[in-house]
Amino acid sequence: MSPIVKKKREHYVLPTKYWLLILTLLCVVTMVISFSTDIFAKPLNTISGYVVVPFQKGLTGVGSYILNRTENFKNLQFVMEENEELKKQIEELTKENIELGQDKYELTKLRELYELDKEYEEYTKIGARIIARDTGNWYSNFIIDKGSEDGVQVDCNIIAGNGLVGRVVSVGPNYAKVTSIISDNVNTSAMVLATGDILLVTGDLEMMSKNLITFSRLYDDNDRVSIGDKIVTSNISDKYLPGLLVGYVSNVSTDSNNLTKSGTLIPAVDFKHLEEVLVIMELKENIE
Amino acid sequence: MKKEFISIILLILCFLLQSTLLSRFTMGGIVPNLMIVMIATIGFLLGNRTGMWFGFVFGLITDIFFGQIIGLYACIYMFMGYLNGAFEKILFPHDIKLPLLLIVCTDFVYSNICYILFFLLKGRFDYLYYLRGIILPELIYTTVLACIIYPFVHFIFEKIDIFDAKHMGETYIEEQ
Repeated sequence: MSPIVKKKREHYVLPTKYWLLILTLLCVVTMVISFSTDIFAKPLNTISGYVVVPFQKGLTGVGSYILNRTENFKNLQFVMEENEELKKQIEELTKENIELGQDKYELTKLRELYELDKEYEEYTKIGARIIARDTGNWYSNFIIDKGSEDGVQVDCNIIAGNGLVGRVVSVGPNYAKVTSIISDNVNTSAMVLATGDILLVTGDLEMMSKNLITFSRLYDDNDRVSIGDKIVTSNISDKYLPGLLVGYVSNVSTDSNNLTKSGTLIPAVDFKHLEEVLVIMELKENIE
Repeated sequence: MKKEFISIILLILCFLLQSTLLSRFTMGGIVPNLMIVMIATIGFLLGNRTGMWFGFVFGLITDIFFGQIIGLYACIYMFMGYLNGAFEKILFPHDIKLPLLLIVCTDFVYSNICYILFFLLKGRFDYLYYLRGIILPELIYTTVLACIIYPFVHFIFEKIDIFDAKHMGETYIEEQ
């Protein structure tokens, strides 16, 4: 073959800057579409669910394993330094201790879950494990290992420890994306348990570092709400089931408009050390 | 092609690590941004075309899993890959200082875009808090990881170049 024939065969390559323009426009279009509808959610979730989630599950398992191992090792070293003369005995004891400690840890965790189960008995729930967290530092969304195949639906409420964690925002076949109530872009309608006053709980990144969430728009004319009051999800919320514990009031102040109050509350859930959660299968709109 | 193939594997690995293991080994609650390091590195070493495409694809994956709106991260990552690729012809890849500076700049710009899009537009004006609390710690942590990742990727790509140069001669003659 002569080089001239070859040259004719070479197809025209679009310059990169035009590709950049095309892809940018594509991004803008998908942004607009996904902002107004959720056409993409189903097919994309299904594909990524089968490709990525198994790996995330595995790696999270490895992570917990390593973390557990390192913790065990630290414990062991600490004890050995303290009791050098009783090395042999202590080695045996520490081994036993660690095993028992792990059992106890599991026991208390299971007990807590069981108690929680009793507290919110009327709902059917399934347990789920957190397998991935948001890649950035801006939001606190996470992925759990139960999806539509297990019956999880969008807007299912998530609880853990003894309170509300968040709700499912999108579902794949074997995973679900959960947005937590401490995320900066999430508002939750809640009420003070003692007085029944409605308020709005808003996640705030700045407050999150102090383990607090902000609330606002509390109408409390008679100053009945005080520090330590329980805040639960309200009856009028259209996503959250009523009566789930959100947290305890830690600070109240009157707004500049002299009508409403705002402040901070301590969440009932330890969001930094969340591993297992419970998914409530009933949706708010179906219960009445 | 080998380089692209290895890049894809590394990127997938980074994405998985980022969403699973790294969020457990945080420093002061801050997760480093491996994806930005990888996309900047690949853009810088393989050119703007490859950087752009990889940025787009992996931004899209991030969108599907963690984004509120499909296409936003895709767009940001794509531009990061493209702009880093623009330096391919200008800087020497052997000298780690300049690529490192490039990665640091990329992460800084990325964090600031995130701040502007997600927080400033919502009326959170306390920029200094976000700078001190999130952007700078992430930058430092990311830089430390970049010091490991960039030489590693560069080393692999160099090995591929040497391997190709050895085998290129034979196959080239055969085809002729």
